Amino acid sequence: MSEMTSIPLENSAPPHPLKEFWKYFSENKGAVVGLYIILIAVFLAVFADYIAPHSPFDQYRDAILQPPVWMDGGSGKFLLGTDDVGRDILSRLIHGARLSLFVGVIVVTLSLAAGIIFGVTSGYFGGIYEVLVMRLMDIILALPSLLLALAIVAILGPSLQNAILSIAVVVLPHYVRLTRASVLSEKNKDYVTASRVCGSGPFRMMFAVLLPNCMAPLIVQATLGFSTAILDAAALGFLGMGAQPPTPEWGAMLANALQFVQSAWWVVTFPGLAILITVLAFNLAGDGLRDALDPKMKR
Amino acid sequence: MIQFFFRRFFHVFPAFIGVTLLTFSLIHLIPGDAVELRAGERGIDPARHAEMKAEMGLDKPLPIQYFRYIGNVFKGDLGKSYVTKKPILEEFLTLFPATLELSLCAMIFAVLFGLPAGVIAGVKRGTPFDHTIMAVSLTGYSMPIFWWGLLMILFFSVFLGWTPVSGRLSALFWIEPQTGFMLIDTLLSDEPGAFKSALSHLILPSIVLGTIPLAVIARMTRSSMLEVLKEDYVRTARAKGLSDRRVILVHALRNAMIPVITVIGLQTGVLLAGAILTETIFAWPGVGKWILESIGRRDYPAIQGGILIIATLIIFVNLGVDVLYGIINPRIRHTH
Repeated sequence: MSEMTSIPLENSAPPHPLKEFWKYFSENKGAVVGLYIILIAVFLAVFADYIAPHSPFDQYRDAILQPPVWMDGGSGKFLLGTDDVGRDILSRLIHGARLSLFVGVIVVTLSLAAGIIFGVTSGYFGGIYEVLVMRLMDIILALPSLLLALAIVAILGPSLQNAILSIAVVVLPHYVRLTRASVLSEKNKDYVTASRVCGSGPFRMMFAVLLPNCMAPLIVQATLGFSTAILDAAALGFLGMGAQPPTPEWGAMLANALQFVQSAWWVVTFPGLAILITVLAFNLAGDGLRDALDPKMKR
Repeated sequence: MIQFFFRRFFHVFPAFIGVTLLTFSLIHLIPGDAVELRAGERGIDPARHAEMKAEMGLDKPLPIQYFRYIGNVFKGDLGKSYVTKKPILEEFLTLFPATLELSLCAMIFAVLFGLPAGVIAGVKRGTPFDHTIMAVSLTGYSMPIFWWGLLMILFFSVFLGWTPVSGRLSALFWIEPQTGFMLIDTLLSDEPGAFKSALSHLILPSIVLGTIPLAVIARMTRSSMLEVLKEDYVRTARAKGLSDRRVILVHALRNAMIPVITVIGLQTGVLLAGAILTETIFAWPGVGKWILESIGRRDYPAIQGGILIIATLIIFVNLGVDVLYGIINPRIRHTH
């Protein structure tokens, strides 16, 4: 009974939005693990030059295809072994984290920026412009993402920059559709009308009034977009249409791995594991974000 | 119903036109023109250059070129490969059964394991069982499938020696293609052991290609089951005293299937994209490997034609799913 009479008063004030967000986000253990992995990856990427025991390009001719340290013939000098020209796999993986996160950041920034501009304007102005934009996005969606990215790379030529550009184009429709849908659902709400009555111009209406209220799904999509970007860039690298050798890109490191399946499993295993763990981390964090930011999920 | 079908059909028509515009511009966006590409590095003298351009119709204004292209596409003429000089459509059709066989087997694998996993996870929500299935499916969803394929080869082919590493059939057999589907062709032939060989070649690529659809189907089935199990009619069925089994399998699953069918349809694109990677790893002689090789050889008509056919295929599969959806759910048929 005594518990009922002493309801603390400070609970009546709503918590700070960030605090509330963290409360819901941290309920999801997987999401927190994902976040920690992302932070570790960022740390490795930023300080790769200091952490990596060797240069990712140095070829140790006396240590070709050396197995990892815990196997017979392995040495502490190369913890995860060396590849077919004697480069340290661990160092290449650490530097690869830098490339993969870089790809993710650029792709998400490009596609998010373009997606917001097309999405907000088409949702706000409507009419023939909206029809044109949305049909174009439908066409991009009709093609398998990897195929379209390959086609774009086929035109521009294989390189990491072109791979980034093509992936940004391929994922663009998701952002455009998401932004447009949110703008359409917000457009007729009272606060928007109020702002219009106050004399806000179209630019202000779109980017200062509407956009901040459409951000939640975009943040989730952007997080999940990292995993798509990293996965697609690795696939292009694997096919020889992305980062070119000797760049220590995870996908490109696997490009010639098929010939080592019989002899050197460590050349095959570790780069893929790095891709999987990173992509999984972003997917976990994205799922957690969705649950935390979606008001319908809140109890 | 017919009206609904035509409405949907006219909806996909602009998408098809858009795809043709895209593939048409592909050939015009590449640096240099088609004549220079054919001439290669030897170069070509300007008079012959203009002559060849006129022969190929490249001296006409772009809109006329486009309409000529569209006309040819509708006649089934997608041009000839620069490399093999064979018509693109013919090349595509000889390779397509291999991709279709692989994709179908991958999809069967994905549905066979994904659907029960999703149902069980949904019914046993919150149990360790549910958590395990969801963790595994998220891992599958995040899988770089080219690496997954390499791992499978490493484990099953090299370490255990159970399955062959690549190709569709052991070199010991020669099967005259009849349907193009190796499983059927080997069954029709009287070569002993050929069918077994074809099947063992198919297993690993199907698992690899089916992994991501499996994960997506399992997740979708689970969330769809969770929705449906909350419904009143499920409670009514329980109240009537029906067995758990009947409530779940008949009353809930049937309604939970609607979004799952859509997702299965949408996986066509994922499968065809995944086929590029899977076929490359397993040296599977299908369309995906062919397109990748065409890109490597800068065989632009082949790239153009391949993309056009695949995109059209996906558009029509999506149309089929839409129509199927309308048949299952009348509410969708009657809204605009």
